[in-house]
Amino acid sequence: MSSWPLLSLVTFLPLVGAGFILLVRGDEAVVARNARYVALWTSLITFVLSLFVWFGFETGTAAFQFVEKATWIESFGVSYHLGVDGISMPFVLLSTLLTPLCVLASWKMETRVKEYMIAFLVLETLMVGTFCALDFVVFYMFFEGVLIPMFLIIGIWGGPRRVYSAFKFFLFTLAGSILMLLAILAIYIDGGTTDIPTLIAEINLDRELQLWLWLAFFASFAVKIPMWPVHTWLPDAHVEAPTAGSVILAGVLLKMGGYGFLRFSLPMLPEATQFFTPLVFALSVVAIVYTSLVALVQTDMKKLIAYSSVAHMGFVTVGIFTLTQQGLEGAIFQMLSHGIVSAALFLVVGVVYDRLHTREIERYGGLASTMPRYALVFMVFMLASVGLPGTSGFVGEFLVIVGAFQVNTWVALLTASGMVLGAAYMLWLYRKTIFGALTKPDLKALGDLELREKLVFAPLVALAIFFGVYPKPLLDIMAPSVENLIESYELALKAAEAPSLALLLP
Amino acid sequence: MSTSLASDLAAAAPELFLAGSAIVLLMIGVFQGDGASRSIMRLSVSALVVALLLVIFPLAGDGLYFNQLFIKDAYGSFMKLLVLIGAPLTILMGWRFIERERMDRLELPVLLLFATLGMLLMISANDLISLYVGLELQSLSLYVAAAIRRDSLRASEAGLKYFLLGALSSGMLLYGLSMVYGFAGTTGFTDLAAAFAQGAAAGEAVSVGLIVGLVFVAAGIAFKISAVPFHMWTPDVYEGAPTAITAFFAVAPKLAAMALFVRVLMGPFGELAGQWQQIVVFISIASMALGAFAAIAQSNIKRLMAYSSIGNVGYALVGLSAGTEEGIRGVIIFMTIYLAMTLGTFACILAMRINERSVEAIDDLRGLSKTHPLMAAALAIFMFSLAGIPPLAGFFGKFYVFLAAVDAGLYTLAVIGVLTSVVGAYYYLRIVKLMYFDEPAEVLDKPIGREVGVVMGLSAGAILLFFLVPGVVVDGAEAAAYALFAG
Repeated sequence: MSSWPLLSLVTFLPLVGAGFILLVRGDEAVVARNARYVALWTSLITFVLSLFVWFGFETGTAAFQFVEKATWIESFGVSYHLGVDGISMPFVLLSTLLTPLCVLASWKMETRVKEYMIAFLVLETLMVGTFCALDFVVFYMFFEGVLIPMFLIIGIWGGPRRVYSAFKFFLFTLAGSILMLLAILAIYIDGGTTDIPTLIAEINLDRELQLWLWLAFFASFAVKIPMWPVHTWLPDAHVEAPTAGSVILAGVLLKMGGYGFLRFSLPMLPEATQFFTPLVFALSVVAIVYTSLVALVQTDMKKLIAYSSVAHMGFVTVGIFTLTQQGLEGAIFQMLSHGIVSAALFLVVGVVYDRLHTREIERYGGLASTMPRYALVFMVFMLASVGLPGTSGFVGEFLVIVGAFQVNTWVALLTASGMVLGAAYMLWLYRKTIFGALTKPDLKALGDLELREKLVFAPLVALAIFFGVYPKPLLDIMAPSVENLIESYELALKAAEAPSLALLLP
Repeated sequence: MSTSLASDLAAAAPELFLAGSAIVLLMIGVFQGDGASRSIMRLSVSALVVALLLVIFPLAGDGLYFNQLFIKDAYGSFMKLLVLIGAPLTILMGWRFIERERMDRLELPVLLLFATLGMLLMISANDLISLYVGLELQSLSLYVAAAIRRDSLRASEAGLKYFLLGALSSGMLLYGLSMVYGFAGTTGFTDLAAAFAQGAAAGEAVSVGLIVGLVFVAAGIAFKISAVPFHMWTPDVYEGAPTAITAFFAVAPKLAAMALFVRVLMGPFGELAGQWQQIVVFISIASMALGAFAAIAQSNIKRLMAYSSIGNVGYALVGLSAGTEEGIRGVIIFMTIYLAMTLGTFACILAMRINERSVEAIDDLRGLSKTHPLMAAALAIFMFSLAGIPPLAGFFGKFYVFLAAVDAGLYTLAVIGVLTSVVGAYYYLRIVKLMYFDEPAEVLDKPIGREVGVVMGLSAGAILLFFLVPGVVVDGAEAAAYALFAG
């Protein structure tokens, strides 16, 4: 397969599909139907192609695989460079998996279907490209380009406060990432290249510059992931976005922040990473405890899940900055698991929202008697979100806490408290909506899951349980890359310490 | 370097051709009357295209001509190329608008032809005198063009304002030029550069008189590119002038003035970079900030574009303030992309008509995506590009100027620049919001004529697909910047 530009195919196939939809003409109903089918098939074929990446991936090496390289802007030394390693490959799969599910989940969308499907396919190209890019400029273009389709998705198909949320989302993210652009330029000027593997291997910046650049990267990734106190765009965006928009937002877009830390901050700026670790721990712990408490008092289902996302991402940042094998693997695993579970939870909310057009928790109750299958699916994801052993959520959170214990007991303790609080608000949500007496008359008429909805949930349920019981395939993929990351991090720190020790001990 | 008359004439072939055709067209117009204005417009556009071809296929090599009054180099040719692309396209797409508004007088195309000639002279000036002559030829023609609708109060006001403030700035410029001449003893760019280099090598301090002169020159040209604090005329003139004329103002003269600014500061005053850098940094920051914040409150799209152009001049100046070859490359790339974005946006503004009358409120764009999906998509592309979002071309423009700024160690400038671009993104997004998120109120008319649509489509395509072949522009800009430094 190596002769095929597989990653380029996976990245740009959705764009081809979007082009097809653009060309569809005729009656509105016909256009909508064709757009849906083209989008579904394109995203499914993309997913199948990405499976080749999964099965063709060689575990046991930290090297980049499926590498493609072509000159792009010659005078600037920027090349179109793609490749995946154990850290980025699972995210590519996550993106290609969630897109067809999103298309399927929005099958009943009636307004401006053509534009809607185009937006999602373009979004898929940009997401996959972000995780595959091995050149800073290419990466930035994908990373930042995501803003355009997402802005339109929230703004056109969102809820009543969609304009406010879309602007907030766009401007927050832009403010962060544009500072990262300056950092990228500074790294280019210092290192003479924008090639990511070369930079990871060779770059050696002096400490003061590292600190500034780290802050610039942090501005971007902390907004994206999001960390407290710059998380405020997330609840707004989640609540107002259409269901599929929330799914992509929670499932993939948040992970770009974590991925950025892993790909850039840690390997390229090791000294600054060490310096700022306490800050990250502090913010993460605040995020975990504070947003969990905020989630407890929410009355809107989507808002509750949005706040829980912030808390779960707090786990991720703690795990990343422990810089231990368990912590890092846990963080990556947690991101993937959250990508499945929170995406599924938004879909779960979407199911009842489609029927009743409200997300108020108070409006529901006793759904277990009319929608038993729905209640079952909801339960699986609720428990996975809480981190019950046997679900994918457990593996990630457990590994993160193990990693944190090796670094700082207090951080580990406070992080672990997030699991308890998480159980509190998720169980409360479940009790309020699913259990209790079925008193509200309009709830009695609700139908259970349709075939289409079952098709959407089936793969997610399977994955959440499979990786909870047997996480080895995923951990095997990421282990060599994580090991390599930690090793080079420690080497860099030693190299930096040597001269300063030499100064102390003449 | 002394050259023969024949090679002088060959080197200035585009300019001479334009001058000749403008005079001939004026004669034809005088004998034929206003009835012939459409054919005069067509002939002017053809003349501009011929001049463009003469720039692409030059009759003489690079060098100094006319006793060093006139320079022909890769930098000048590249900027002339941009001007000669922008000018005919704006005339062509605006003409139907001009006819509808009953201002299709025969003088108009001829005036615009003379203005373009002035711009070419500005770009090729290698002497303070030829600089001034070119600049005034351009300005005087444009004053009249701005006020061509004598029956409209607003247009006359705009023309008068433009004239008064423009005359003031020309006065400042002339004053500065005479100071420079008085203290340096020469007006030639080459001699000036040599004299400053000699002075710097001998360790002499620059005399105060020269610096005062430099400040006045910089202020005079800053007025022409509408950089803060010399921007006051821009919103009023943009709003008051008929849209077709505004479109012309926004594109070619901006390019020419920016080209001139770069040439003057990097050429004769290149040795004084330490002196003018602070001026440029200041007006750059002020322009970016004012452009971003003042545009938020605008409800008229032409005023909004005026503030947007002020902000964009600020970004271009970021590259100039670096004072390096990379910086100049950044300015050239930025201006090239700015040309495409402005052309496209003004094509959209020209197409904004309701019931046979042109409208200018941004609220008139409400729900455009439902009534005119293609135009809305094009305008959205221009807006996202102006906001600097990749993969659109506007991103690359900003990318290269900020690269130069970071390279030159101007971190504060770069950080302020990117933050103002976030503020700027807000008002560009507001237009996208109106078009895509809101329900249509009044439906716009079908665009008049094919030209507007063609320009819109071409610019949108160029901006959208720029990232596929950035080399074309980047390499050209690099060669141009190199020429400026080698000379």
